[in-house]
Parts: sequence; structure tokens; C-alpha cells
Amino acid sequence: MLTRRQFIKVGLGGAFVLAAARFLEGPLAAPANGYRVLDDEAARMLTAVVPAVLAGALPEEAAARARAVRETVEAFDRAVSGLTPSVQEEVAQLFSFLAFAPTRVAFAGLWAPVEESTPEELKTFLARWRSSRFDLQRVSYHALTQLIQASWYGNSASWETIGYPGPPSLEGR
Amino acid sequence: MIRDPIREGLATGWKVIDAAALERDLELEADVVVIGSGAGGGVSAEILALAGLKVVILEEGPLKSSTDFRMREREAYPQLYQESAGRQTLDRAVTILQGRCVGGSTTVNWTSSFRTPARTLAYWKSHLGFKTTGEAELDPWFKRVEERLAIAPWPVAPNENNDLLRRGCEKLGIPTASILRNVKGCWNLGYCGMGCPTNAKQSMLVTTIPAALDRGATLVHRAQVARLAIEDDRVVACTAYGVAGNGASPSPHRVRVRARHFILAAGAIGSPGILLRSAAPDPHLTLGKRTFLHPTAVSAGVMPQRVDGYSGAPQTVYSDHFLDSIPLDGPAGFKLESAPTHPVLVGITLPGFGEDHARWMEKFASTQVVIALLRDGFHPQSQGGRVILRTDGTPVLDYPLSPYLWEGVRRAYLAMAEIQFAAGATTVMPMHESRIATSSWREARTAIQDLPMKALEARIVTAHVMGGCAMGPNPRASVVDEAARHHQLANLSVHDGSVFPTSLGANPQVSIYALAARSTTGLLAALGKATVS
Repeated sequence: MLTRRQFIKVGLGGAFVLAAARFLEGPLAAPANGYRVLDDEAARMLTAVVPAVLAGALPEEAAARARAVRETVEAFDRAVSGLTPSVQEEVAQLFSFLAFAPTRVAFAGLWAPVEESTPEELKTFLARWRSSRFDLQRVSYHALTQLIQASWYGNSASWETIGYPGPPSLEGR
Repeated sequence: MIRDPIREGLATGWKVIDAAALERDLELEADVVVIGSGAGGGVSAEILALAGLKVVILEEGPLKSSTDFRMREREAYPQLYQESAGRQTLDRAVTILQGRCVGGSTTVNWTSSFRTPARTLAYWKSHLGFKTTGEAELDPWFKRVEERLAIAPWPVAPNENNDLLRRGCEKLGIPTASILRNVKGCWNLGYCGMGCPTNAKQSMLVTTIPAALDRGATLVHRAQVARLAIEDDRVVACTAYGVAGNGASPSPHRVRVRARHFILAAGAIGSPGILLRSAAPDPHLTLGKRTFLHPTAVSAGVMPQRVDGYSGAPQTVYSDHFLDSIPLDGPAGFKLESAPTHPVLVGITLPGFGEDHARWMEKFASTQVVIALLRDGFHPQSQGGRVILRTDGTPVLDYPLSPYLWEGVRRAYLAMAEIQFAAGATTVMPMHESRIATSSWREARTAIQDLPMKALEARIVTAHVMGGCAMGPNPRASVVDEAARHHQLANLSVHDGSVFPTSLGANPQVSIYALAARSTTGLLAALGKATVS
């Protein structure tokens, strides 16, 4: 059973939200086991949550879609690694919270592990947190969705769909 | 090829030290230590160095310059902003954009330049007893900094994002005006918020800091001040540690600077934070109190045409109608401006997720954004927030929005929606978790009246943190006097946005420049130096 204090500490800070963009266009080769801060379990959970948060935004073609999800998870990881130690701790705790079955069921309403949940189940969970009467769940909803959105829209692969031409070139001017 | 004045300056032998790369402790001595290199610290450092004083500037953020400014959000936010541009208030309800780099927020601001509104200065005089900070007394200082930083009317036509604000207001008979900017030879690119890639913006990074370094000042960057050492009524030294981008201290090596005088210019969260950590005298419990934000509400409108709000000078049109038509101590007034659109900024500001969110992002290029900056600190129900220390010693702002301000947010949503529809919007949505996308002003009016106004529902942002080390003639109600000298510590001054006793009702950079110029010039006499003009 989590104490109230532990529960509050799980609150995912928004402090890192925009940092998602940080190393976004790093090497395209996925780090095999080389995440900076995410453990394997957290990375698997994120890989499941990203398509729910970015539904309608990711490419439809399978290979491009898989790559977009992978790059978003990588961006999330690199971003978190550049955040303050206290926020990194909060991120780690959020994932522990989602991984631990009793807290996952009680507070996220997910019966199956995150990585085995369907996108519809994950959307329901996010919507529940969005409209929760508990600030902590709303804060966690904002942090998780905004960090993923920042990770994707900082990636130039997302720009064509939204009609953003990218920054102007200064070459030869 | 664009010249990089920082890299050129470094090649001439500027004294610049990266505190995060230190291999041993460093002891420095100076006449004056300036903590922070933003609007207040930059102006102060230049005046002191030109007067021949030995100056050490300590800056928490890194030294980055035009070569590094590649107009990419993913690089700029973690590199140049406090907490990767995601700093938030204690309850996470307000996102705070503050610079964290050499030049501070002036390196990343949108160049909007306003003098302190006359009504605000009159209020300080009539309600707070200010004696020397009126419009007439400040006029020469405004002129001086306007000249130094090329603050002038912007002769180029506004981009569509700004012109839509102008046209919408015009249709409704709401007056607008043009924003002055601190630029020289601006290319009108629209990426001011990611560091100016052409050095057109006359930020501290390319003006006062290089001038101070040319005169022999020392800049220590990536140096976070832990505390001031205080003996009796004097500061004797300050201690800083090297910090990496994520705020962690990578090495145990410290920088210790002894000096005759100390100027705090670490911003309205940083400066109170340093004084709190230093257990500075605070006999009347004023330190860190009455911090103001211009809490800002955001409204997005979809236009039939392309808006391309990421392109062109970000802010060139404003309206003070909803400030001027309301008494200072009446309901919360607000200033209207537009805000640039960039993919990450828009992506995280639009409420929701999944398909709803994606559909809005598809309209990115046609999206026009108006923001309303609420004037806080003039009403009994707007007492601002409070800077406190977390258990790890880092400062955080506790700023719960009062019902008084939420009422203002609702009126702001209404005003912005009406203007956007008048400008031709087909859909308008306040940036609020309820996600009410309306297709007419009539529909919007009803929907906005019903919106729940509370934290984490409305997306509230700010780029203007003010107060916490309030200036004033009465030591029981302030931290520094009108000369910006600390009431209890004889050799400490505060030269940044934390000295404002209320919010300003206008973007603060020029107010900070002018007060810092005056305060520093006043300090020269105390330090035995003639004024240099």
C-alpha cells in the first residue's frame, strides 16, 4: 500500500515536458539496449502508450509508424536524462506506479499490464486521469501526454502532415 | 556567413570560465559580483565595467551564441530555458518560460519593448509611497536604454498572426498599437524564442555582456550560486557550483568570489531563492512574497487562410483596451498580444490527445493565437505567489490563482474569441481541457460562460515573473529601497524583475533595463567611481 507521501511523490513533474525534443534526431539506429534512463519495462510501457497519445498523428505505413514510435520513445528517454535529478526520480516513480499491478488497477483502471493493454483501453485510462478529481492524476496526465507530444512534434518527421515547412535556411543569405 | 560576436570575442581573450568543467576550486576577487546575466545583470555589468570596476558575472546557464541557435525547438528549449521551458508553479497549473543561458531571458524573448505603464508608476507613488520612481524621474533612463538597445518602432508590416489580431480588434472598434522592438537589421524570421540566429536582437548576449568582457570583466557560466556568506550586515562572499544542463552538479568544485558589493540579478524566482538559501535577514517576512506573473490565457482560432504564425516577428501588435478601460483596482484587466506558433509549443498547448489533438495539429498552419496577460497585484484579491525552497534547496513558486483572476481568465477567453471570430476565424477554442471548439461568437459566448475555471483545466502560461524582492520606501513592506539597495544588507543590491512591487501590465524587459541602469549608476558613487555616460 502506498502511503500518501509516496503517492504524492509519484506526481510526474511537467518540468521536463519540452525537453523531449532534446536529442530527438539522434542516430537513427535504435539503441539496442542503450536507453539512458528508461529501464526495459518503462520503455515497453511507453511504446504502448505513444500510439494512444499520438493516435491520428502517426504515419499509417507500418515501417514509418514503427520508426516514429521508436523515435518518440528514444526522445522521451534522452529528454528525461537531461532533466533535474528530482524530476527524473518522479518519472521513474510514475513508471513504477504503472508497472505495479495494485496501483495500476486501483488508480489507472488498467487490469492488464500497460504493454498488453489495447490502445482503446489506454485512451480510456488517459481520459480518466484527464477528468480525475485528484490533482495528482491530472498532473500525471498532462505530463505524460505533453512529453509525448513534445517528443513527436519536435521531430521533423511530424512536420509535413501539419504543414510546417521547418526553420528557414540561412545558407547563402 | 553570419558573424558570431561571442566566438570572435572569445578569440580575443575574454575571461570566460565554464564552472561545470572546473578541475579544482576557484577563488576570485572583484569589486562587484553580478549574479545573473539577463536584463538586470547585463545592464549592470556593462556600466560597472565601463566605470573601471573589476566585475565578475556569475551565470547559471551556458554560454551559447548565434552559431548554436539553429531555430529548432528540440535544441533550444533544453539548452536555453529554465527546466527545459517546462518550469511550473508548485501546483503545476502555470507553465513558466524563463531563460537560463548567458543573456538570460533577453536571449530568448520575443523582443517586445514597453516602458513601465504610467498608471503603474502612479500607483506605486500613490499607494506604496514611492518618491523617486515616477514617470519623469525614469524618463532619462528609459531614453538611455532605448538608445543603447536600439529599441524603436518596427517598420515592417506585421505577420498574418499579428495582423489578424489588429483586424479583429478594428472590426470591433478596439484600439490596437504597434510594439517597439529591440532589434538591429532584423531578418523577420520569427525564431526569437530559440535565440536570434542573426544577432539582430539586441539582447544582453550581444550588447552589454560583450562590452563588459571587452573591458576586462570575468564571466563564469554554468555556475549556480549556492549561497551568500553573510557577516553582520554585509555579504562577504558568494559560493557557486558548476551545473550541467540538467541542473545536477557534476563536480564538487566550487567557485568562491569575494567582493565589495554584490548585485543579485538572478530573476524573480532565482534571486529570492538565493536570499532564502543564504538565510538573509528578513525581519518583516517580505522576502519571496508578492510574486506576480501576468498569468496568461491562450486562445486558438482556425482561419480559412494560412497564417504561418511561426514566420515573421513574433509580436508586433497589441491592445491595452482591456487594461485601460478598467480601474487598476477593479476586475482583472489584461493586455492582448499574439504568440508565435511552433510545432512543440502548439503541440503541448493544445488540450487533449489522440485523434482530437491530431485534427487540430493538422490545422497548425492556419492557426492564429491570441494571448491575454492578466495584470496582477493591484487588487486585495490578487496578492501574488510566494517563492519557497524545496527540500533540495531549489526554489519553486507557489502561486494559486484566486477566483478574482479566474474571473479575468473567463473575460479574456470571451474577448479573444470575439476578436478571432471578427477576424474571420471559422473555429475558436480556448486552451482549456474542456476542449470547446466553437464555430460562432454566439456559440463561444455560451460555452465560455460555462467553462470550469480551475487549475490544470485552463492552460495558463507566463513569461513574466516579477516581485519577491519588492522595492519600496517602507522596509516593513519591501526588501530593497528605491535605489535597489537591500534594507538590511549594506552591500547588496537587487537589479532584476524581482524588485517590482506589483506586476507591470506590460512586458518587463525595458522596465528592468531602466531600473538596473539607474540603480547601477547610483551605486558607482557609493563605490567611489564617477558616473560614466
